[in-house]
Amino acid sequence: MTEHMLTIDGQRIPFTEGQTIIEAATAAGVYIPHLCHNPEFKPHGSCKLCTVKVNGRNCSACTFPAADGQEVLNNTQELNETRRTITQMLFIEGNHFCPSCEKSGNCQLQAVGYYLNMLDAHFPFFYPSREVDASHHEVMLDRDRCILCELCVRASRDVDGKNVFALSGRGINSHLIVNSTTGKLKDTDISVDDKAVHVCPVGAILIKRKGFEVPIGERIYDGQDIGQVSLEHEMPIVEEAEHGR
Amino acid sequence: MAGKIKVATTSLAGCFGCHMSFLDIDERILALAEIAEFDRSPLTDIKHCSDQVDIGLVEGGLCNAENVHTLREFRESCKILVAVGACAINGGLPAMRNHIPLQECLEESYLDAVGVENPQIPNDVELPLLLNKVHPIHEVVKVDYFLPGCPPSADVFWKFLTDLASGAEPSLPYELVHYD
Repeated sequence: MTEHMLTIDGQRIPFTEGQTIIEAATAAGVYIPHLCHNPEFKPHGSCKLCTVKVNGRNCSACTFPAADGQEVLNNTQELNETRRTITQMLFIEGNHFCPSCEKSGNCQLQAVGYYLNMLDAHFPFFYPSREVDASHHEVMLDRDRCILCELCVRASRDVDGKNVFALSGRGINSHLIVNSTTGKLKDTDISVDDKAVHVCPVGAILIKRKGFEVPIGERIYDGQDIGQVSLEHEMPIVEEAEHGR
Repeated sequence: MAGKIKVATTSLAGCFGCHMSFLDIDERILALAEIAEFDRSPLTDIKHCSDQVDIGLVEGGLCNAENVHTLREFRESCKILVAVGACAINGGLPAMRNHIPLQECLEESYLDAVGVENPQIPNDVELPLLLNKVHPIHEVVKVDYFLPGCPPSADVFWKFLTDLASGAEPSLPYELVHYD
């Protein structure tokens, strides 16, 4: 049996049937920036940060199936500048005030900004009004920081079997809604051990009384960039899925 | 010495934390003084920019009419205008009032807050008028460079100014880029 192969930035990358481009890349130790993708869940394809050029066309690496002979461009100046613009748009359409955020230093949105050398947000800010839900005694929901990746939606539905979260509204009015008669977290059966509480890449869903526990200098992205952290965490997950195929 | 680089600085809707961090370059300020002189700045107490300033460092966002006026003076006078710190770049913590109507903010602070005596909303003609929302400076003037951080570390200032002074395009390596 011949091994399946594609190339990323000229480097030959093996893959197994059924893998997406980002899975093949991760297994081979190649980082493709991403936010809404998490290899533990079905791909969502919404943040577009993992956009790569496949045989000359822009595709989302998290949803696009790997195929023999594909020539993929990933770490190019053009793609990274596009990714930086996408990240800037994520910043201006939310209320991301890093200095006052408990997730700072451990936040994937911030870390992607660092990785892409984003120094400003370029665009005018929307400063949207978003509701904070502090009703639950253990879990906090700050919609200001939500990037609408639906990881909590997927985790609550597919892993916890609780369907606590969903997205509602369109455009700048898109927001996370909570599945209870009052719309409040306290009236759901969410618990602090749920997967949905632990997958948020930003500071939108937080466990109370844990903020600023880790001092500056020891936080996840203080010493390592998100490329290193992401591969370290996701490579074993992708490899395990590969063996299960 | 003729030909020293002129540097102006100001704090708009900021906390002066960026200025304090700038001063954390410590003894390197002596080397800086060899090649640069301060123009308008809270450090010199000079009130207005001279005609030709080389580098303007602006801390803080825009929360009132005077901030806008000062920023425009900086833009007119400075060849290179730099947004310094989170507030200049995205409004920062003062911009957290942006989703609350200004009237409500004033009432909460000056009328309804716990412990307020003689409640009244300040209305002296000397006070600059507040803007409805706090804005980052790039929404009002062209900004040439951005130094993120709350505050940017002394090394960020040092790297940026030494890059500029040596004629290199300023750039910040990964370890100097942070938003908090």
